[in-house]
Amino acid sequence: MADENWKPKIIAIICNWCSYAGADLAGGARIQYPPDIRAIRVMCTGRIDPLFILKAFQDGADGVLVSGCHFGDCHYLEGNFKAAKRMFLLKSVLKNIGLDDKRLRMTFVSASEGAKWGMVMEDVIKTINELGPSPLKEFAR
Amino acid sequence: MAEVKKNEEPRIGVFVCHCGTNIAGSIDVKAVMEYARTLPNVAIADDYQYMCSTPGQNKIAEAIAEQKLTGVVVAACSPRLHEPTFRNATKAGGLNPFRFEMANIREQNSWVHMHQPEEATAKAKDAVRIAVAKASLLEDLVPKSVPVEKAAMVVGGGVGGMQAALDLANAGIKTYLVEKSPTIGGRMSQLDKTFPTLDCSQCILTPKMVDVYRNEGIELLTYTEVEQVEGYIGNFDVTLRKKARGVITPAEAEARGIVGGGCTGCGDCVDVCPVIKPNPFELGMAPRKAIYIYHPQVSPLIYTVDFDACVKCGLCVEACGEKKAVDLEMKDELMTVKVGTVVLATGYDIFPIEKKFEWGYKNYDNVITSLEFERLICASGPTGGHLVRPSDGETPKKIAFVLCAGSRDSTGVGKPYCSRFCCMYSLKHAHQIIEKIPGAIPYIFYMDIRSFGKMYEEFYYRIQDEGAKFIRGRVANILEDPVTKNLHVNAEDTLLGRPIDMEVDMVVLAAAVQPTAETEKTRRLFGVSCSQDGWLLEAHPKLNPCGTTTAGVYLAGVCQGPKDIPDTVAQAEGAASAASIPIHRGEVELEPYFAQCMEEKCAGCGLCVNQCPYGALSLVEKDGRTVMQVTEAKCKGCGTCGGFCPGGAIWMQHFATPQIVAQIDAFLLGGEQ
Repeated sequence: MADENWKPKIIAIICNWCSYAGADLAGGARIQYPPDIRAIRVMCTGRIDPLFILKAFQDGADGVLVSGCHFGDCHYLEGNFKAAKRMFLLKSVLKNIGLDDKRLRMTFVSASEGAKWGMVMEDVIKTINELGPSPLKEFAR
Repeated sequence: MAEVKKNEEPRIGVFVCHCGTNIAGSIDVKAVMEYARTLPNVAIADDYQYMCSTPGQNKIAEAIAEQKLTGVVVAACSPRLHEPTFRNATKAGGLNPFRFEMANIREQNSWVHMHQPEEATAKAKDAVRIAVAKASLLEDLVPKSVPVEKAAMVVGGGVGGMQAALDLANAGIKTYLVEKSPTIGGRMSQLDKTFPTLDCSQCILTPKMVDVYRNEGIELLTYTEVEQVEGYIGNFDVTLRKKARGVITPAEAEARGIVGGGCTGCGDCVDVCPVIKPNPFELGMAPRKAIYIYHPQVSPLIYTVDFDACVKCGLCVEACGEKKAVDLEMKDELMTVKVGTVVLATGYDIFPIEKKFEWGYKNYDNVITSLEFERLICASGPTGGHLVRPSDGETPKKIAFVLCAGSRDSTGVGKPYCSRFCCMYSLKHAHQIIEKIPGAIPYIFYMDIRSFGKMYEEFYYRIQDEGAKFIRGRVANILEDPVTKNLHVNAEDTLLGRPIDMEVDMVVLAAAVQPTAETEKTRRLFGVSCSQDGWLLEAHPKLNPCGTTTAGVYLAGVCQGPKDIPDTVAQAEGAASAASIPIHRGEVELEPYFAQCMEEKCAGCGLCVNQCPYGALSLVEKDGRTVMQVTEAKCKGCGTCGGFCPGGAIWMQHFATPQIVAQIDAFLLGGEQ
């Protein structure tokens, strides 16, 4: 790892109904987790175009988290299934371009799983810390 | 379609909230505000103690007018909490309310990074930068109004569901009350008395059942289950399965052209039925025939054939004679009704307490549950109200009550929550024993007595005075004397600090309650979330305890969490009131997060059409080419089509691709590298 001061840049794109609500619940319960993730809210993970994630990596993101409702729980019936399919495909694309596919993660956190959100945060940040800076970082911009 | 103002220079106002010390305690609010001033497109940045207060909101309105803002960003709590507040403030300032974006620096920042002020402040700056990037690209949107069907549905016919249905119907709303069992009444009809007033449960319940049955505004659909739900607030299309009852009502008989026919509830069919099964209403402690009613006060008084048990001998058909009420060839029927709002009041089940094998339920004859106790002590129960030991029919004199049986249990076998009403009904049971059996002594093994309601604590003192014995300690195990079938209750008396081995005649387990087996199916049909313990999840635990995250669906009673009868009825009235509001308004506003087709980019491939779970998208011919068209009334704004379109031809209002990409770029490319 080149830079000792390096802090991972991780972006989370999360759905309004489950994961965003779960993240809010973690806040209400004052569950403490590391501060390296920035969240963007969408109504459903189904909204997430794989290009958004590629754009994030192109911009130099060290990791991307997509988090939605549990299967069967989607506020829009099946958006999370479709998102999961896309993420699955996208992971193989990432591997093909030489990026560790662990940098992209999809999780399922419900509106009542504040504690789980905290654990997901810990785990994602730990994974990215172990992987180090994204090799695409130097090409960013 | 929303108006997009072209060629306008974005001018964004940023307002950072201290929220007292909630935010300012770990985030340097002034630094975030100063930072906002350096961001592109920001015309004004300010901070305030409480942005949601009237002066805070006024700041927004004033800045919009003075600075000619095109967008507003408030960095404060979660948009799930205060987005509507600040949208209204934005509107009050003369700007379209959808030109507002919120940066969550409380729930997802200051509260979760309480001991890392530097990192939290940096994260807040990023959040503001991301929000400003989105706000710079927001456009005017107009919410869509849709009419609301003037009808409601209540699912579950227990005391909560009945109350909700009565309130809705009395408010002039046509109400469908759907109940899966053959009668309304629910759990409360199985109870003998109610605490703390010792009212007879059936006596106060049956008038309500009759009210429901007689109320012209209520269409009572017993022995019916919800099969499918489509639509949204104001316009739910609910498909119901009317299970084959095997018996027709007088009204149905008339429709079939049988004059003076249909079930009159005479019971002649029961006398001749040769099949005997355990009666689930009596928890298997009494027999019932294959053609049955649960109990004498059922409503509606119509018999039901249990087709799983029926041998189709036809004796009942003969006994019924000219009334021709019994139809053994009856099939399930599907029907669809349209309603504007729905109240779920689906109740609870008893935790299978045999899983706590150390207490020996189902192994030892004289260990029973509290609900079985209710039936045994009830005058209309299987023993005519004489409490007897199942092993020998003797009257028990020494009875142990085990409280928190499966509740407040973190061993993994039981439930971690308090079931809330077991303490009180066990006190009531103690009273009933003392009253009915001379010389009998109840021994109550408790962890804490939770007598929290009105007149509950006073009831507790009364039971103490009447002579019930209280032992503070959880029962470790129960062993049966194989000869006498007496039981040895082993516990620690934690107040005296000594172990106890008490021989008793009978043990009553105050078993925990749990969500019904159908809860999972119901909540998926209606798109309602559940909390970690499986109860249906309210929209907000304090400020919206009757609502759900699905607009137009409300909760009443124990399906939302354990509660006693007064609380269930209160919540049912609340839910009915909430469910009547959209119906009386006549229309609801839907958030205008619709998909729009950018026809110049659309290649007409149609891939998006299959992505939409609501069938809102279709291909049409327009100016000689094929393009996609959105039916706005069907679109719910998930954006699944927008995430899939290979040509980027779908504009998801408020979550458009340029807006999201701007957020991603703002985080990763903006700010300090």
